[in-house]
This record gives sequence, structure tokens and C-alpha cells, in this order.
Amino acid sequence: MSDARGFEPSCPAPVGRYGQVLMAHGGGGRLMHELLERVFLPAFANPALAAGHDASIVEAGGARVAFTTDSYVVRPLFFPGGSIGTLAVNGTVNDLAMAGARPLALSAGFIIEEGLPVETLERVVASMRAAADESGVAIVTGDTKVVDHGKGDGVFVNTSGIGLVEHDLPILPASVRPGDAVIVSGDLGRHGMAIMAAREGLRFESAIESDCAPVWAPVRELLDAGVEVHCLRDLTRGGLASALNEIAGAARVGITIDERDVAVREDVRGACEILGFDPMYVANEGRFVAFVPEADAARAVELLRRHPVSAGAAVAGRVRAEGSPAVRVRSLLGVTRVLDMLSGEQLPRIC
Amino acid sequence: MKFLDEYRDPEAARRLVEATWRLVTRPWTIMEVCGGQTHAIVRHGIDEVLPAGVTLLHGPGCPVCVTPLEKIDRAIALASRPDVIFCSFGDMLRVPGSERDLLSVKAAGGDVRIVYSPLDALQVAVENPGRQVIFFAVGFETTAPGNAMAVFQARRAGVSNFSLLVSHVLVPPALEAILGSPDCRVQGFLAAGHVCAVMGFTEYLPIATRYRVPIVVTGFEPLDILQGLYLCLKQLEEGRAEVENQYARVVSEQGNRPAQALVAEVFGVVPRAWRGIGEIPGSGLGLRDEYADFDAERRFDLASVGPRPEPAECIAGLVLQGLKKPHECGAFGSRCTPEHPLGATMVSSEGACAAYFRHRRVAAGQAGTR
Repeated sequence: MSDARGFEPSCPAPVGRYGQVLMAHGGGGRLMHELLERVFLPAFANPALAAGHDASIVEAGGARVAFTTDSYVVRPLFFPGGSIGTLAVNGTVNDLAMAGARPLALSAGFIIEEGLPVETLERVVASMRAAADESGVAIVTGDTKVVDHGKGDGVFVNTSGIGLVEHDLPILPASVRPGDAVIVSGDLGRHGMAIMAAREGLRFESAIESDCAPVWAPVRELLDAGVEVHCLRDLTRGGLASALNEIAGAARVGITIDERDVAVREDVRGACEILGFDPMYVANEGRFVAFVPEADAARAVELLRRHPVSAGAAVAGRVRAEGSPAVRVRSLLGVTRVLDMLSGEQLPRIC
Repeated sequence: MKFLDEYRDPEAARRLVEATWRLVTRPWTIMEVCGGQTHAIVRHGIDEVLPAGVTLLHGPGCPVCVTPLEKIDRAIALASRPDVIFCSFGDMLRVPGSERDLLSVKAAGGDVRIVYSPLDALQVAVENPGRQVIFFAVGFETTAPGNAMAVFQARRAGVSNFSLLVSHVLVPPALEAILGSPDCRVQGFLAAGHVCAVMGFTEYLPIATRYRVPIVVTGFEPLDILQGLYLCLKQLEEGRAEVENQYARVVSEQGNRPAQALVAEVFGVVPRAWRGIGEIPGSGLGLRDEYADFDAERRFDLASVGPRPEPAECIAGLVLQGLKKPHECGAFGSRCTPEHPLGATMVSSEGACAAYFRHRRVAAGQAGTR
């Protein structure tokens, strides 16, 4: 293969030391980015993809249409606070919202494992309908495939979505400017720890519920109020740390946040402590980070707090001009350290 | 959060730091034994707020890091067998063996499962009577009672398809090995609180006396560590060498007696090789002959998997003995990263090299702007 590709001026980034795909390549961390940069980005190279955003903007008859897709492989299919269906709808709605686009319509593709109870499928689909209604989008096209027993994990769901960009702001990593305020829309880590607890049967005093929710409403509030939004990013796989590193890298700036200004609920923090996880790297499904000019920061926080999904919004940091090392965090002792991108998966510790 | 926020209070931390500055008159070198403490120190920047002459060395208390290469290779050989379900704590999966790691075995189709307790692995054995279920029993005194309980229950319930690949290590012999080295720079220890929660701290009394080193049993939160350091430095300044217990909310002098009895029932003290350090007499636990049936190394033929040389460039052994700091390694951050580790200290969530890489501090000249 490498011979056939011949000489290329670009340096192919190594995908770790691994010749096979590992679970960690799907973890949202550095290994996943190595995979994207080695396999997908060169193969599909185009300007929209190169923008490196959650949804791409394509021009269509004078309109700016945001387009995105995402696949969902969560186990268990139902968990406190949501299901694979709510994730599949809200995740794609949120990817559109992160491009500042009003969600219009979704597609839904199902890869179903032989033997799945139809009743389970009905529950998944009902949860998708409810989530779509909540965001005012319709699921307008779809597909189903069935695979042999043992070749799937119950059901995998893919959703794609289109949305309309109805403003002139270039909401992109490249729009981030030194001095911008970094607003985190709420407490971190609920989705990831809800899934861990449900999957592994960890028992806490009360179940941790996923934060899975659509975030278009608060984003629209910001846009309608004329806040000069520079960039938005949802804090899914890899958590806040990975999102900040992605944006800092793409915008060639630095970001410093303060650990004391990032909220993590008690039960989530407790679960993280037990497993040795860092909430900064844990997945969320209803949280995003917004980059706005310092002058707009207080107003933006006030607008976001009007919505239950972003009631905990707060300024957590600032963008710096220089970018190396890119993302830094001030600890509670006032010492600044690097907040690196996750290497692979977070793995539970020994003791 | 209860029992957490109290020990992360910035104001209380500031007062302890100030008290330490008032206390210290000379340079001192202290080793924190446990990798969990190392990560808390580096993550919160505790070493940066101490008086200039106080040096922290990072000890060998990371079970992932000190598990010998040969054991990792044996784990990989066992996990590759089609009749085996190999269960492990998560952070052992990334540790490089001579040729590959357990994650690669899993990707190639091996049945490698992450569990949170050895009793979960025993349950896997009960549910899969046609397969051999092996649990990778690594760790210090902290994890030994759980592993002992799994074997004890397996024997009582007659679960014959369950076994342990044992690589247990003990803290006190390692401290003596460090103190006995002619290059030893350690003047005081923060002992690992959770090890002492099981074992108590009477074992440390003769070490403190013989080597004239203060040993402070210390917890893992920022305030625990700051207070442990304060107590240790106070002893050094006053010329005392005693065992003190900072972590009294968890640790008692005698420790957890039922847990100790269970460990003694199932395990006996054996010589153990430590990765990067070498064999230390009486520094490990192995299954007693009465429990030989549950020893994976006796159940399966592993004769072909023998000792292999470590990567020549890796200085993990020196790091684990406190003789070098991670960033003093020529490969650190370039040829050795968490994605491409040369040694286990770069992999584990408790490894010193991983702590330095992950939380590596901003150089002084760059820290100004915010």
C-alpha cells in the first residue's frame, strides 16, 4: 500500500505502534486523531472537511446548509437519563447547533443484530421521536439492516442531519481570538459516568443521570441576542480537555482555564475518584464550550443561564495569544500545568 | 463532596504551605512511596509550592510499573489462548510486553476483559464453566486481600476453572532496598496510606530506627500530602526518625486484621523481581502450595516465556528508585510517550513518567500570561 501511494510531501502520522484498530482509536483522544489524520483526512481532503468542525457548511442555492453525521454504539442501550435513541437525535442536533445552525431534518440508519426484541427497537425509536419533537426536527429518511447474531451489539444507530445557518458569523475554530472568554455551559462528566455506572453495575447512593439533552435553544438565544459567537464545541468523547485541545490546535492559540471555575457534581466526582478518571476527559452529551469576546462574556453567561440545559454556564478561562503548550489549567494551589489531550481510553485503575 | 472537598480546600492548603516555609531551614529530600501520591503531587503542583531546597523523589509504589516484563509476556501468552478469558484491572492492558500489549491481544480476538474486582473475575469463571478464567493479580498489600478472597471463595465453591497470574509485591522490602543502596538520597518517606490501611504500620518501626529515617503514613489528597510533608520535614528539622500517622482517619497501627489473616492463609512471602530494579528477597507474595491449583503459572505451561531484556534506553528502574526524574531521560516526551511507551512508568495512571508527561508543567518563562 505504501509503495503504491508513492512519495508524498506530507509526513504520515503514525497510528501509535498498532497495526490494528484498538478500542482506544474510538476514544476521542490522540490515537483517534492520529487515525483521522492518517486514514480519513488525506483520503477525503476538501476545504469543508479541513475546517475541522462538528458540522460542515455547504452552500446550496444561496443558503448555507450545515451537514453532519454520527454513529452511536452505546452499551447498555438504555441508561439513566437517556438511551441510544435520545443520544442519536440529540448528538446530531447538537453537532448542527455547534455550527450555529438551526436543525431542520435528520436521517436515521439502524444496524440491528439478529435476535433483538422488537419491543426494544420500539422503545429506541419512541425515544428518538420524543427527542426529535423536543428539538423541532423531523426524521425524514432512514435505513435498516440486520446482521447475524453476535455481529452487533443489539442495535447501532447512525443519524445525519442538516441545518440552516441564518446569520453571518463564521462559527469556527479559526475565528477564536486571543482574549476570548471560554464559557463552559454546565457541570462536567455526567454522561460518561452514568454509562460507566450502568455498564459496570457500580452502585452509588443515587443513580447518576446522563446530561443528554439538545442545546440548540441556548445557542439560538446567543445568536438572536447578537452575541458575537466565535466558536462552539460540544464536549462529547474526550471531554472538555480534548475539545479545548482540538480548538487551540486548529486556531493556533493557547487556552488557560481555572480548575476552580469548572463545575463537577459531587456524585460524578465521587465516581471519577473511585475509578481514577479525570472529569476533564469524561464524555458529556448536553454540554458545550462557547468562545465569545470578553466584552460579550457576562451577557452570554446570563443568556445561557435562562435555559435549564445550560443553567450552570460560567466563564472558565481565557484564550491566550501564544499556543505552546496549548491548553493549561490552574490548579487549586494556583500552579499552572498542561491539560493534555487524552492518549487513548481512560482505563479504570488498580487501587 | 464528603471526605474529598475538605482535603482540597485552597485556603487550608495555603496555610500548610506557609507553615512549611516557616519550618524548613535546610535542603531535604523526601520520597513519596505511592504512585497515587506522585500523581496528586504533580497534578496539583505541590512540588512547586514547597520551599526551594525540598526535593520530592517518586518511589516504586506503582504496581503496574514494577510488574516484571516476563509477567507481562506471560499474561499476553495466556490471554492469547483460545480457551482463556483473561481478566485484568484496566491499566495493565496498555503496559508494553516484549513485543505487544494486552490491548493488542484483545484487538486480535483474545478474550481480554476489564474487571473492577477479582471477585468479578471469579463470577466470570462461574458463568463460563467451559473456559479457563485467569485474573492478573498485581499490586501491593492493598489489592492482596481481594485477590486472596477470590481464591479462597473459588476453592470453597469448587470453581476449578479459575486461577491467578500472581505478581504481588510488598512495600517494606522495597524501602529497605532503596535505603540500602549506596546511591540513596532519601532522607524521609511518605508511606502509602492505603497499603497501611491493610497492613498497619508496625512493619515500618524497625526501618525508621535502623536507617534513621522518618516515615509518615500519608493519604492522597492535596492536604494529606502537604500535611504528611510538613510532619516529615518537622522530624528532619528536629533530628527525629519516627513513624507517624497522618492518615489516621483511615489507618490504624495494627491495620485490618481479618484482611491480613486472609492474605496469610492464601499467600506466602516469596522473592520477587521488580521491573527496572531486579529481584528483592522476600518482597513478593505467591500462592501457598495448598492453593497451587489456582496458580496460573503452575496450571499452564509457560516455560517458553522467560526473562527478556528491557529496552536499553528506558531508565524506569532509576526513576522507580528515585535516582532520576522522568524528564532527565533522553527519550522522555520524544521517543517515549503514552502512545509509544518504552517502559511501564509512561503507561500507568500511577507511573511517574506518565504523571510528568500528562501534567508537565509550564516552564517558568511561559507561565506569565494568563
